[in-house]
Amino acid sequence: MELARTGARRRIRGRAAPAALAVGAVLLAAGCVPGTDGSGAAGAGTGAATAVPDPARAGKTTLTVWDQEIRGGTNGEIQQLNREFEKKYPNVRIKRVARSFTDLKTTLKLAVSGNNPPDVIQANQGYPDMVAFVRAGLLAPLDNYAGIYDWNTRYPATLLNLNRVSADGGDFGRGRLYGISQTGEYIGLYYNKDLLRRAGLEPPRSWGEFTDGLARLKKRGELPIQFGNLDKYPAIHTFGVLHDQLGAAGARDTVLGRGDGFDNAATKGAAATLADWTERGYLPKGANGLGYDDAAKKFASGDGAYLLTGTWQLADLKKSMGDRLGIMPPPPAKAGGNPVTTGGQGLAWSITSRSRHPEVAAAYLDFLTDAHAADVMTRHGVLPAVPAQAAARVAPDSADGQMIAGWKRLSAADGLVPYLDYTTPSFYDTLSAALQGVISGKTSPDAFAATLQKDYGAFMRKQREQHTSAGNR
Amino acid sequence: MRLTAPTRAYRRRAPGEPRAIGYLYILPALAVYAVFLLYPFGQSVWLSFVHWDGLTVATPAGFDNYRALFSDPSLRAPFLHALLLLVFYSALPVAIGLLLAAVMSRARVRGMTFFRTVLFLPQVLALIVVGVAWRSILAPDGLLNDLLRAVGLGGLARPWLGDYTWALPAVGVVGTWVGTGLCMVLFLAGAQRIPRELYEAARMDGAGPLREFRAVTLPGLRPQIAVALTLTIVAGLRNFDLIYITTSGGPGNATSVPAYEVYHRAFETNQVGSAAAVGVALTVLIFVLTVAAARLVEGRRA
Repeated sequence: MELARTGARRRIRGRAAPAALAVGAVLLAAGCVPGTDGSGAAGAGTGAATAVPDPARAGKTTLTVWDQEIRGGTNGEIQQLNREFEKKYPNVRIKRVARSFTDLKTTLKLAVSGNNPPDVIQANQGYPDMVAFVRAGLLAPLDNYAGIYDWNTRYPATLLNLNRVSADGGDFGRGRLYGISQTGEYIGLYYNKDLLRRAGLEPPRSWGEFTDGLARLKKRGELPIQFGNLDKYPAIHTFGVLHDQLGAAGARDTVLGRGDGFDNAATKGAAATLADWTERGYLPKGANGLGYDDAAKKFASGDGAYLLTGTWQLADLKKSMGDRLGIMPPPPAKAGGNPVTTGGQGLAWSITSRSRHPEVAAAYLDFLTDAHAADVMTRHGVLPAVPAQAAARVAPDSADGQMIAGWKRLSAADGLVPYLDYTTPSFYDTLSAALQGVISGKTSPDAFAATLQKDYGAFMRKQREQHTSAGNR
Repeated sequence: MRLTAPTRAYRRRAPGEPRAIGYLYILPALAVYAVFLLYPFGQSVWLSFVHWDGLTVATPAGFDNYRALFSDPSLRAPFLHALLLLVFYSALPVAIGLLLAAVMSRARVRGMTFFRTVLFLPQVLALIVVGVAWRSILAPDGLLNDLLRAVGLGGLARPWLGDYTWALPAVGVVGTWVGTGLCMVLFLAGAQRIPRELYEAARMDGAGPLREFRAVTLPGLRPQIAVALTLTIVAGLRNFDLIYITTSGGPGNATSVPAYEVYHRAFETNQVGSAAAVGVALTVLIFVLTVAAARLVEGRRA
């Protein structure tokens, strides 16, 4: 049985993971002063390469790779690519350690700071993981390879920036490149074609059309939007979409640490909408008590006309809904306008700074993300960050085709806003707890905005202090 | 002075072997205990005096992490929740267990073994399984709410685990369900060891069932009650799995408990020092409460 992962981070994004429990702080038996191992300068690593590395000349090599792609489609795609890489370079053996997102997250810290770190890891973007690793000097900067392999032109800057950390290891979203992502993802509006047709509705072309439709569905006795928030994080996605409608540019700046924060009309308005939707019954009553996976299952079985969640759910939903399933980016403010939504890319594939085969690792990263890999992903039902030929051959009116088309439209219009919980190290906790308050009617939009702003402001002050003290040194 | 010498010599030789060798026998166990418990515990204590994110060099914290336990509401709340949960995890199971044991040992119940097994069953299940099962029972359209609606109490139905007021008691009830069977079996075993003559004497003195329970059963079960309290208090305070599976501390932070906070801080938010301080404080709390419970019940110095 797969459990809905409760309470892990943003990227749990509903990857229902077997909840193996990593219990106990007593595991922390380390050296004398914690952290004295592996705390090299932030810039350590592989700066030297100037030509395309040739893994064939590396001699007999074992590449240890830790990833979290354990779900059906992604697991199949990685297995196939690993096999092909080993076939291409018979001298290289890939030792893969695949764990669920949560398990990887809880064990990776000890692994990369230990004496025998893996060569390649999947690091979660944001402050708790990638930024912390960079600050401790555990990841190798990849800017050289990005030049050699043309990653800079393969990927749109918006996506590449999500894998950047400033040179002093303080800021997320700019600076050196520390990883490259394979897959893309965005929060889409899934819809049940049958239910919409019965209510006389079309897939909405504008936000206004969408909200009018909600009222109509409600009147007909249907549940307009299926939603379960017991796991705390799903509301981050729902709120993110509402927030983006009111102030996408500001939201992106704030997440990347250069915006005004959350004490503004967009935040309050989005929170008010969320509360209003709950009040009007557009969202299920008692959503705080319903699990994420349970909500998805209910939607799949015909309970609820819409479901706002990530593209990672598509394969599972399609399995039970078939042709009745449709997906689109949340509709733009005006029909024909540019869509905008929360989204980004899969976890970054990074090279550890003490890897003994950085060049082989770089070749592996390139192999995992090139056009051929994109085609392999498409064939496994996974959304590649940069779709290639195979994506063009997917039937455009299938759910897969819609997902890919939506991704292309979002990428072209620069319509992706990073997950809001990237904002500060504690933001996942703050945001998810406060949103449960908004949904239950316990927290007013004003108090909600103030709570977020307090967290953001405190972090920004700390960042500034660190920058000043680093500047004085 | 002269008196002590022979006593000491007598003691040293007593059960036929020189005493020192006794330590040799327990040495392997002691070594394992030291390596896997004492040393890591020492490490935890040490970590609780530093600020550490688990990766970069730690900085000394003095008593900061401990002071935060009192000053930071997000750290204080979990301890309050844990104490409240003890009512459900310890007091209620012991009370219900006593009641069941009293009834079962008095009345001849057909299929006694069956009931005993059923009531003990939750104890055998992995808590993860218990959590998953109850999560679906307590869901907005789960078994509990369906039942309420079926008997016309639909007004009481609510998303139990997502309700700020009811989430903590809801998790507590799960704990009661788990703990009761263990207490009952302990008390049944204890009740069988109470001499029948005491009951006969009580009856001859004209004691009713209530009086009999208070005058004979309860005092006779003292050691078992002490054991049950100790076990349930420990289980209740280190309760992690149920919270992890059912609510992750939500809604908001209404059900966060210290054991969950240790995991959350150490592995999810890179606050290892703070997590260690919570862990140490929890250890102390468990120690104090179990000693207090034993003293209270057994009426002697534990």
